[in-house]
Amino acid sequence: MELTTIWFVLIAVLWTGYLVLEGFDFGVGMLMRLLARDENERRVLLNTIGPVWDGNEVWLIVAGGATFAAFPEWYATLFSAYYVPLFVILVALIVRAVGFEYRHKRPEAQWKRRWDAAIVFGSVVPALLWGVALAGIVHGIPLDADHDFVGSLADLVTPYALLGGLVTLTVFLTHGAFFVALKTVGDIRHRARALGLRWGAVAAVLTLAFVAWTAGRDGDLAVWIAAGVAVATFLAGLAAAGAGREGWAFTGTAFAIAAVAAMLFLALFPDVMPSTLATGTLTTTTAASTPYTLEIMTWVAAAFTPIVIGYQAWSYWVFRRRIGVHHIPS
Amino acid sequence: MEALDIARWQFGITTVYHFFFVPVTIGLIFLVAILQTCWHRTGDERYLRLTRFFGKLFLINFAMGIVTGIVQEFQFGMNWSDYSRFVGDVFGAPLAIEGLLAFFMESTFLGLWIFGWDRLKPSLHLATIWIAAIGTVLSAYFILAANSFMQNPVGFAFNAETGRAELTDFVAVMTNPVVLATFPHTIFACFMVGGALVAGVSLWRMMRHPGEDGVDGDGDGDAFRISFRLGAVFLLVAGLGTMISGDFQGKVMTEVQPMKMAAAEGLYEDEAPAAFSALTVGTLDGSEPVLEIKVPHLLSYLGTGTWDGEIRGINSLQAEYEELYGPGDYAPNIPVTYWTFRAMITAGGLSMALAAWMLWATRGGRTPSRRTFTGRWMLRWAVVLPFLPLAANSFGWIFTEMGRQPWLVFGLLPTSAGVSPSVSAGTVLMSLIGFTALYGVLAVIEIKLLLRTIRQGLPAADPPRPEPDRDPDAPLAFAY
Ligand code: HDD
Ligand code: HEM
Ligand code: HEM
Repeated sequence: MELTTIWFVLIAVLWTGYLVLEGFDFGVGMLMRLLARDENERRVLLNTIGPVWDGNEVWLIVAGGATFAAFPEWYATLFSAYYVPLFVILVALIVRAVGFEYRHKRPEAQWKRRWDAAIVFGSVVPALLWGVALAGIVHGIPLDADHDFVGSLADLVTPYALLGGLVTLTVFLTHGAFFVALKTVGDIRHRARALGLRWGAVAAVLTLAFVAWTAGRDGDLAVWIAAGVAVATFLAGLAAAGAGREGWAFTGTAFAIAAVAAMLFLALFPDVMPSTLATGTLTTTTAASTPYTLEIMTWVAAAFTPIVIGYQAWSYWVFRRRIGVHHIPS
Repeated sequence: MEALDIARWQFGITTVYHFFFVPVTIGLIFLVAILQTCWHRTGDERYLRLTRFFGKLFLINFAMGIVTGIVQEFQFGMNWSDYSRFVGDVFGAPLAIEGLLAFFMESTFLGLWIFGWDRLKPSLHLATIWIAAIGTVLSAYFILAANSFMQNPVGFAFNAETGRAELTDFVAVMTNPVVLATFPHTIFACFMVGGALVAGVSLWRMMRHPGEDGVDGDGDGDAFRISFRLGAVFLLVAGLGTMISGDFQGKVMTEVQPMKMAAAEGLYEDEAPAAFSALTVGTLDGSEPVLEIKVPHLLSYLGTGTWDGEIRGINSLQAEYEELYGPGDYAPNIPVTYWTFRAMITAGGLSMALAAWMLWATRGGRTPSRRTFTGRWMLRWAVVLPFLPLAANSFGWIFTEMGRQPWLVFGLLPTSAGVSPSVSAGTVLMSLIGFTALYGVLAVIEIKLLLRTIRQGLPAADPPRPEPDRDPDAPLAFAY
C-alpha cells in the first residue's frame, strides 16, 4: 500500500477512535438533563466519564495534528473552510470541559445548574456539528483552484450534511445511554437502558436514511457493505439492550459508529476534500506531505500507538467497576 | 483593520492566554509530585494534606490549560492556512507527535491520578503523577521544536514546484540549536512559576493562620512552612537555571536572528565592544535618547561570550536583508522588543530577590507578625510573588514572537503571506471577540475558585485505602 493511503487509513482510524470514544461522553453529557433526576444522579453520570473524557478528547487533537503532518493541504483547506462551525465547536468543547472540572468545586445549586447547562450545550453542539462537517466533506464544498473555500455557510449546511449531523447527535445519545447502563447500578441503570432504546429507535431510522443516501450517491460496493454493517450492528445493539445485555448493547453502538465513519471515509477516498466546482479537489496524493515525512510519521505511529492504546485500555480497566448513587460522597 | 492584523491579535491573545496556564501546570505538577513522594516516603500526614491542597489548585488550572490548548491546535488551519500549507511538511510532524506521545500520556495518567486514590496501590498511584509530569515536559519539547523551526528553519529544503518547505532531516529539526536553548529556558521559567505560586500561597497561609500557638491559627501553619521553603528554594534554583540558559540562548539568538538582538537593544549601529543598555528614556528610534544607562561590554558578552565581540546594529542588518530579500522593513517593533526583554529579566529577577528575602525572614522557624512593618509588606509581596515569573514568561514570549517579525518563518515566509485567504476580516473579528470574551469570563471564574480553595486551607487528611480491603459500596475517595 502507498504511504499516502496508509495515512488516509490512519487518519480515518483516529477520527473513528474519536467518534466512538468521545461519542459516549457527548451522550453522557446530554443525559445530564434527559436522564438524571437529582444532584446525586447527575454526579453519578459525571463520574462514569470523569477519568476518561480528556483522554478521549486527545484523539481529536491527534487526528488534527496527524492531518496537519500527513496532509497539510487537507488540514489548511478543511480548517479554514469550516471556520465558523469549528469556532462554535471550540467554544462548546471549552465550556463543556470547564464544566466537568469546575461544577463540583462549589456547593451552590445555581452554580451547578449553570455548569449543567454548559455541559449539555457543550455536548449537544459538537455531537451535531461533527456529523454535519464529516458528511459535508464527503458531499463536497466549493473550492477554487488554490483549494480555498469560496462558498458561504449555506454550502456547509446542505440537507445531506444536516442529516449526517442528526445521525451523530442521536447515535451518540444512544451510545451514551448504553454506556451509562453499563457503568452504573440501581435505578439509573434501568432508566438509561430504556432511554437508550427509545432514542435508539429514532437514531436507527435516521441512520438508515443517511447510509442509504451515502451509498446510493457513491455506489461503491465497499461503501454499501459498510452501510449494511452500520445498520446491522446498530440494530443488534438495540436488540441486546432490549435483552438486558448492556455490554453487547454498547459494543453494538460502538461498532455502528465505527462503521458509519468507515463508510464516510470509504466514500471519500481517494479524495480528501472533493470540490463541488470544476476546480480545487484535493486527493490523498495532491494533499500529502513528502514521502520522507510520511515515513517518519509511520515509524512513530507504529511504535507508539500500541503503547497508547495499551495504557488507555488499562485505565478503562482500573475504572471498570459500576457506580451508583451510594458511591457518591456527600 | 485587515484580516491579517486581526488574525495576529487573535493568535497573540489566545497563545499568551494559553501560556498563563502552561507554566502553572508544568511547575505545579512537579511540586505536587515531589510532595506526594515525600508523603510516600515518610508517611507524614502533612505531606499528604499539602499534596491534596496543591493538587486542587493544580487541577483548577489544568482544566484551563487543556481547553485553551485545543484552540491553539486548530488555529493554524483556521487563521493561518497558507502558513499551514507552507510549513506542514516540517511543522506538522512535531505537533502530531506531541499529541501522540505527550497529550495521551498527560490526560490518561492524570485521569488515573485524580480518580485513582482508592483504586491503585500507593506506589502505582504515585507513579501516575510522575508519568503525567514527564508528559508535560515532553509536550513542551515537541511544541518548542516546532516553534524553533519558525525562529531558525533547519533540516528542510524549499521546493519551488510545490511552493513549500519540505523536511529533509528530522533529527536536525528536533536538535535545532534554538530548541536546545529554548527548551531548558522555558522549562526553568515554568518551574519558577510553580515555585513562586507554592511559596506565595504557603507564606500567605502561614502568616494569616500561623498555627496552634499563633493568634488566629487553624493549625496548618507548620505544614505550610514546609511547602513555603520547598517552593522558594525551587524558585531560586530554577531561577538560576533560567538565567544560565537565557545567557546561552542570547548567544544562539545573536547568531541566528541578529536582528532580534539588535532590536532588543535598540542598537542601530554595529558596535564592538557593545554595551548593554539597561534603561532608555527617549524614543528608541535611533535618535539621541534623553537618558540612557549603559553597562559597558555586557552586551558583547551576552551575545558572543567574549567581552569585546561585535554586535550588529539594525541599520547594517536592514541593508543586508534588503539585498537578500528585496525591499521592505526587516526590523521588528523596537519599543516592544526592547521593553519586553527588560521586563522579562526584571520581573524574574525580582521574584528571586523576594524569595531570598522571604526565606531569610522566616529562617529558623520565625514568622514575622503581620503587625510589624516587615510582616505587613511580606504579606503583600507574597500575593504579588506568583505573578512576577508568570509575567516574565509572557514578556519572554512576546519578545520572542514579536522579535521574529516581519517573518512567520524566519527568512522564508513573511507573516502577511501566512494568513488564510478564504477567511474574511469579519469572521476573524467574530472569533477574536468571542474567544476574548469567553476567556475573560473564564479567567474571573478560575481566579475566584483558586482564591476560594486557598482560603479553605489544607483539607483534612484521611489516608486513602486502596482496594481490596475496601468495602465495594463505600463512597469514592474522589468524585466529581
Ligand atoms: C512550553 C510548553 C508549551 C507551549 C509552548 C504550548 N503548550 Fe500547549 N500545553 C502544554 C505546553 C505547552 C502543556 C503543559 O502540556 C499543557 C498545559 C496544560 C495542559 O493541560 O497541558 C498544554 C495543553 C495543550 C493542549 C491540550 C492537551 C490535552 O487535551 O490534554 C493542546 C491541544 C495544546 N496544548 C496545543 C498547543 C499548541 C498548538 C501550541 C502552540 C501554539 C501550544 N500548545 C503551546
Ligand atoms: C509552538 C509554539 C508556537 C507557534 C507555532 C507560534 C506561532 C505563531 C504564529 C503563527 C503567530 C502569528 C503570526 C504573527 O503575527 O507573528 C504568532 C504570533 C504570536 N505568538 Fe507565537 N507561537 C508559538 C508559541 C507561542 C507562545 C507559547 C506564546 C506566548 C504565550 C506566543 C506568543 C505569540 C505572540 C504574542 C504573537 C503575536 C506577535 C505578533 O503578532 O506580532 N507564541 N505565533
Ligand atoms: C538573566 C535572565 C534572562 C536572560 C538573559 C534571558 C534571555 C532570553 C532570550 C535571549 C530570549 C529570546 C530567545 C529567542 O527569541 O531566541 C528569552 C526568551 C524567553 N524568556 Fe528569558 N531570559 C532571562 C530571564 C527570564 C525569566 C526570569 C523568565 C521567566 C520566568 C524568562 C522567560 C522567557 C520565556 C518564556 C521566553 C520565550 C521562550 C523562549 O524563546 O525561550 N526569561 N529569554
